[in-house]
Amino acid sequence: MKFSKSPVLKDELAPWRARLVLVLLLGCMAALIGRSLYLQAFNNEFLISKGESRYERTLEVPATRGRIMDRNGDVMAISTPVKSVWAIPEDARLQPAETRKLAQLLDMDVRELNRKLAEDKGFVFVKRQIPPELAERVMAMKLPGIHLQNEYRRYYPAGEVPAHVLGFTGVNDAGQEGIELAFNQQLAGQAGSRRVIKDRRGNIVEDVEHIKKPVEGKDVLLSLDAKIQYLAYSSLRKAVTDHRAKAGAAVVLDAKTGEILALANLPTYNPNNRTHLAGGQLRNRVFTDTFEPGSTMKPFTAALALEKGKVRFDTQIQTAPGKLSIGPATISDAHPHGVLTVAQVIQKSSNIGSAKMALSMEAADMWQMFDALGFGTPLKLGFPGEASGRLRPAKTWKPIEQATMSYGHGMSVTLIQLAHAYMVFAREGDLVPLLLTRANGPVSSDKNVFSAQTAREVRAMLEMAVLPGGTAPQAQIPGYRVGGKTGTAHKIEGGVYAKKYIASFVGFAPVSDPRLIVAVMIDEPSAGKYYGGQVAGPVFAQVMAGALRTLGVPHDAPLKPVQLGAEDQQVRESM
Amino acid sequence: MNFLRHWLRRLVAPIDPVLMLLTGILFTYAFLAIYSASPERAGNQLMNTLVALLVMRVMAQIPPQRLMHMALPIFVGGVILLICVALFGDISKGARRWLNVGFMRIQPSELMKISVPLTLAWYFQKYEAHLRLRDFGIAAVLLMIPTFLIARQPDLGTAILVFAAGFYVIFFAGLPWKIIIGMIVSALAAAPVAWTLLHDYQQHRILTLIDPEKDPLGKGFHIIQSTIAIGSGGFFGKGWGQGTQTQLEFLPERHTDFIFAVLSEELGLLGNLFLLTIYALLIGRGLMIAANAATLFSRLMAGAISMIFFTYAFVNMGMVSGILPVVGVPLPFMSYGGTALVTLSVGIGILMSIHRSRMLLQQ
Repeated sequence: MKFSKSPVLKDELAPWRARLVLVLLLGCMAALIGRSLYLQAFNNEFLISKGESRYERTLEVPATRGRIMDRNGDVMAISTPVKSVWAIPEDARLQPAETRKLAQLLDMDVRELNRKLAEDKGFVFVKRQIPPELAERVMAMKLPGIHLQNEYRRYYPAGEVPAHVLGFTGVNDAGQEGIELAFNQQLAGQAGSRRVIKDRRGNIVEDVEHIKKPVEGKDVLLSLDAKIQYLAYSSLRKAVTDHRAKAGAAVVLDAKTGEILALANLPTYNPNNRTHLAGGQLRNRVFTDTFEPGSTMKPFTAALALEKGKVRFDTQIQTAPGKLSIGPATISDAHPHGVLTVAQVIQKSSNIGSAKMALSMEAADMWQMFDALGFGTPLKLGFPGEASGRLRPAKTWKPIEQATMSYGHGMSVTLIQLAHAYMVFAREGDLVPLLLTRANGPVSSDKNVFSAQTAREVRAMLEMAVLPGGTAPQAQIPGYRVGGKTGTAHKIEGGVYAKKYIASFVGFAPVSDPRLIVAVMIDEPSAGKYYGGQVAGPVFAQVMAGALRTLGVPHDAPLKPVQLGAEDQQVRESM
Repeated sequence: MNFLRHWLRRLVAPIDPVLMLLTGILFTYAFLAIYSASPERAGNQLMNTLVALLVMRVMAQIPPQRLMHMALPIFVGGVILLICVALFGDISKGARRWLNVGFMRIQPSELMKISVPLTLAWYFQKYEAHLRLRDFGIAAVLLMIPTFLIARQPDLGTAILVFAAGFYVIFFAGLPWKIIIGMIVSALAAAPVAWTLLHDYQQHRILTLIDPEKDPLGKGFHIIQSTIAIGSGGFFGKGWGQGTQTQLEFLPERHTDFIFAVLSEELGLLGNLFLLTIYALLIGRGLMIAANAATLFSRLMAGAISMIFFTYAFVNMGMVSGILPVVGVPLPFMSYGGTALVTLSVGIGILMSIHRSRMLLQQ
């Protein structure tokens, strides 16, 4: 081809060249139109749904957890809205100054914040559960990649005082302990859901519709009385501190209704700040810890003997010389008492008197009574880890065991079981179930363990026990007649009795028409005193006096200082 | 009054009404799309458009002969600037594309999109009478110098556009078809070698085109999001300002390179076909001007400008709809940004000037 005469010299473009350009243009045009048709007309439904899946989200709308209130409507647990700060680390490219300011606002270490923002994830929590005002200040910084999430935080205004009753919730707002667990279904409500449109950063742009409305959690009105609870807790804490005890527990029951008015445990914890928790702090000892009740069981033995017609109130029992051999074993009293009436056996807490009554009865009858009183079975109030205590079947009892069980050895109970069982004396020999929620007035029961006559007679005996000459004059209260029984038991360690004690006291008041039952247990008092009357008795008196006053229970005795009697006159109970 | 009418007549005289109408439609369309994709930038785009119109009017006034004389100095200056960029350019996002000249930053590669076809057209015009194969060789060298400098910035998108612009001139100047076929064959043969010369990210883009789902959050993200946007628009679209991919910010670069996806999502297939029609008319008008041009220079220039338009539009739409790899090529007159807008307006202005000089000749 010669180029001296170029084809471009012609006026028109060479036809094949023009055609090639046209073909190229049309071909490309067709490709674009074809692609558009494919995407927009034939494949569009698939792509539409794919687009929707990118922006439509079904969100869970959490239900607000119900409040927990005491019997007077004082709030004991409430959910408050809080915010959690989270980040998309990839988007959160912050200036050093911004990072410093954010860390300062959130009260975090700058290095920790930087570490979180450097994580290779699409989502990290920067700080959880901060107050809404603080969250607003964080958002006002308008930082890229930093977002908020609504959450609820459970707040317990009374802190450690009712901690074991209320329990607490976990991060996902589900009850984990106590009332929060037992009443979780009622408190939690049901989460709803709604459909929203979110943008790429996860911000909600539009609220499309409610799919399901959340069902808000219901409030729970407890049987607890916040004032009595505080009283029980503070008295118990003082006793545990004074006696350098390992632990302690106290419970206050309304004898008329079966309501639990107070329930305190030590050691305890602050449910609002559970970062450093040891297992021991969480234990709801009232329900979970079993111990040998000791002398607090004697009234039941006496009641059964009365009920079976084996003895009367004033039947005389020989307890001299303070020792009694049963088979190869020997039991003894702390002091030799000589001849005691049945009432005095209780007042002076004689093991021998109690054993003699027990040995006059059938083992099966005793077992049946213990069982009817609720020993050996958990109360099933819904608390986790409720213990049943130990009550072996009557068939396996040897005579010595029947004898020792009559004064509370060779079996174990929880404090709540013991307090509940004392209801038979505070009432007319019948038992009503325990309640954690508020009752509407007195409750009657047809579950009679003893006759009303027996209950009255044992009440009189228990009143004698707290008068001078009894084992626990410290339990007296000015203005009210009080009845109760001390218990002091060796702890069993490795199968043998150790030189460690559990001091307890269970009683009721006013004796003329018992309204309240208070049970106190002090574990390992180690400041010298360890008898139930000395250690648990004063706690009982303080709590009972305060609770009766709080409830406005009328006096049934003249208001005068209590008489402890001469120190040497006080009877120490037998173990 | 008379004076005003006279002045107005002089103002519109160089303007080709057909090209003006088509660009006007595109400007309006672009404004709507940018307003939807990124409302805060709409005001800026209006300013850019006014500047572009001014540039277009100025270019339309310059006769092709004057333009021809300016071709070589502009080209030489441009190449020097490109060398300066390679030596002292500012680095941003891993590429050396900008030159800081004290009071502002300039991107010399943009200049070459017009300067390269201008120079080649001038060269062919100069040796029109006795064009030899050697002249095509020289033209190829003139083309490859800036292309190479731009490609190694690296800026593949601009390099392709500059190369295409020059190639169209050479093609229209009468590149023998034997050489064309030879080039195609050797290009195919060289493809594996070229592949190894590509940067990692460029290889990635091509691989991503073949299977975007392989890396849905990284390199495939753009394509997946834009095909979803286009496809979910359907026949009639979701309505202006109603595109979920766009408005919820799933679509990346939605006001610039990916504005076609915004249009497709919100105005549907109909909106696309409308845009394609406008482009087709614009390119058609350009080619008509080329066919009727008075001189070789004018014809080559007009043809190249029309084909650059076509290349811009096709590469961008092909990339956004997922049939071409992702390269940074804006949609002509639609994408946000002043630089490309001015370059394209220069082109339209030259088209108008060529058309007018022909009419003046005929009169």
